[in-house]
Amino acid sequence: MSVTQAPPGETQQQETVRGPRPSVGSALRSAELDLRTLGMVGLLIVIWIGFHFMSGGTFLTPRNLWNLSVQFAPVAIMSTGMVLVIVSRNIDLSVGSMLGAVGMAIAVLQAEILPDILGFGHPAIWLIAVGAALVLGGLIGLLQGLIVAYVGVPSFIVTLGGLLVWRGVTWWITAGRTVAPMDSTFQLLGGGSRGSLGEVGSWAVGVLACIGIVAILLYDRRQRIRYGFKLRPTWAMIAIAVVGSAAVLGAVWVMNSYYLPENVAMQVAEQQGIPWPEGGLRIPMGISYPVLIAIGVMLLMSFVANQRRFGRYIYSIGGNPEAAVLSGINTRWTIAKTFMTMGMLVGVAAAVTVARLNAATSGLGTLAELYVIAAAVIGGTSLAGGVGTIPGAVLGALVMQSLQSGMVLMNVDAPLQDIVVGIVLVIAVAVDVYYRKRAAQ
Amino acid sequence: MSDRTPLVDMRNIHVSYGGVHAVEDVSIDLYPGEVLALVGGNGAGKSTLIKTLSGAVVPDSGEIHINGERVEITNPRDAKQYGIETIYQTLALAENLDTPGNMFLGRELTTRFGNLDDSAMEDAARKVMKRLNPKFENFKIPVARLSGGQRQAIAIARAVHFNARILIMDEPTAALGPAETEQVANLIRSLKSEGIGIILISHDIHDVFDLADRISVMLQGRLVGTVNKDDVTMDEVLAMIIIGKMPGEVTQDELEELRG
Repeated sequence: MSVTQAPPGETQQQETVRGPRPSVGSALRSAELDLRTLGMVGLLIVIWIGFHFMSGGTFLTPRNLWNLSVQFAPVAIMSTGMVLVIVSRNIDLSVGSMLGAVGMAIAVLQAEILPDILGFGHPAIWLIAVGAALVLGGLIGLLQGLIVAYVGVPSFIVTLGGLLVWRGVTWWITAGRTVAPMDSTFQLLGGGSRGSLGEVGSWAVGVLACIGIVAILLYDRRQRIRYGFKLRPTWAMIAIAVVGSAAVLGAVWVMNSYYLPENVAMQVAEQQGIPWPEGGLRIPMGISYPVLIAIGVMLLMSFVANQRRFGRYIYSIGGNPEAAVLSGINTRWTIAKTFMTMGMLVGVAAAVTVARLNAATSGLGTLAELYVIAAAVIGGTSLAGGVGTIPGAVLGALVMQSLQSGMVLMNVDAPLQDIVVGIVLVIAVAVDVYYRKRAAQ
Repeated sequence: MSDRTPLVDMRNIHVSYGGVHAVEDVSIDLYPGEVLALVGGNGAGKSTLIKTLSGAVVPDSGEIHINGERVEITNPRDAKQYGIETIYQTLALAENLDTPGNMFLGRELTTRFGNLDDSAMEDAARKVMKRLNPKFENFKIPVARLSGGQRQAIAIARAVHFNARILIMDEPTAALGPAETEQVANLIRSLKSEGIGIILISHDIHDVFDLADRISVMLQGRLVGTVNKDDVTMDEVLAMIIIGKMPGEVTQDELEELRG
């Protein structure tokens, strides 16, 4: 194409002169964009703008969006695993209770056991705690997965039992006592005023992400040229690169527009020997560590789902379990590993949650399973199995957290919040059922 | 034929499900470049018998020899290692995966880091499908959205791509129109000329006589017998299928009755 710098709209118009006028749908198809994902982005924008006006202009502020991003992280992390569990025609109802049990266990470990052995504030404590969270979560998930896959108890029942068992274990570890505070390095995993990348680091991550987007597009193009496949239109590639980079840099800008609270900024100024200026010092927060972890998990899980055999096998089991068996896939072990992966992600989410709260309570993670399942389903995962994407689920988690944050800003009572979340979950499944019925016709 | 080593020699195969004998003491063999038709009514045990060869069912007793060597086939992977490919009546496709995804399911091509090489798989799929269904273009959409003939072609392409030496086809034309059926018949002839041994399960007696060299008939889990196609008439095969009598044993009256 001769025009390389034109924005998508103009190039499209040029094409209309040459051929029949392309519809928006066919343009998106040729760009290979998923209509459903775009629809979800649209829904998110509608929710955000709606809440912004209904809350008197407090929703779309750096402060609210920053807090929303931190709160969304644990649900987003777990939803990436829930997608795979649901795709494999299973469900995990135990993730909230597992989060409680794992969170409580690592809280006790770092607050009451490790300081006695290693000494208070030892630099290895946070690493051991995170490692323990991964191992414990993985083992609990594996245990449930083995029962589902090899004993043949439906996952609904195994994890419903798990919901009770692990909640009981959470209480039993400390007989209901709340454990606090956490190791000071460990706390950074939860975000907070120090648990962020800061201005320069955030921009660096943003620029790296933009380079990544362009690199992936170019790699895809090179592969297609190598095998002589149809290429994406140039306008689409440029549009994806521009819109994607703009979204990334915009998000970084928002995160950098939220500043450290004055007292913390004062401490920082003191430490670095900067004189406290007259109007106060504005130190940007930047991307918080929980968000960074969630993004890292999303990328890793997308890679596993799309580029590794394990992911491919999960999808094949969801599409046709019999075909998967006849293809020589060890479907049982694949299912067990799926639950183990889910468990490890619960471990990550537990570490982030405990770090953010700086405490573990016996109610830790209550109802998280509903948010996680809702995120996956809103994100396009079909309960019939076989269909679902990880970025979709993360978007779904953002929708769920936006709903909750918006309702908090509007001073909606907690019971009513639950009612809304419950209704949204049912509507999301109803939309999915309707969508699939139409697609089948 | 007896002076050559059979490609497949299944001896005294028994399979029972919960006390019901699905396959009872059945022995069949298959030679290179031969089409062996396996026929019989519903519930005769044909599918169960071939599943012991494709690894989907493990026999209670009996021996399987491939090229004269005794082998143990306990799962589909074992069968594929011996060059046995199966096209199931249900096609066994994962509806949500695309064409290359299905063709390479369980045997994905990977890069040297162990990542799925989707481009290489698509390229290979395009090459095989060019031979089977030249007009096919929808490589990137879930196979659920393809027609019956296209899905059939994918199931066949999967077997062809992996250089089957032994091909099992369970009702390969049941879901196809006349043109597509003819396409499959031509494919069978061309594979046969390459020296591949084919076991063909079919309800269509005309297909069987058109394509097979020998015909094995099963009734109620037992083998009635195996005959050379050129030595028998369609009526005699029907008599084997329905009343379980070999061509020599069946009376003229019985044949009359079968004709109605």
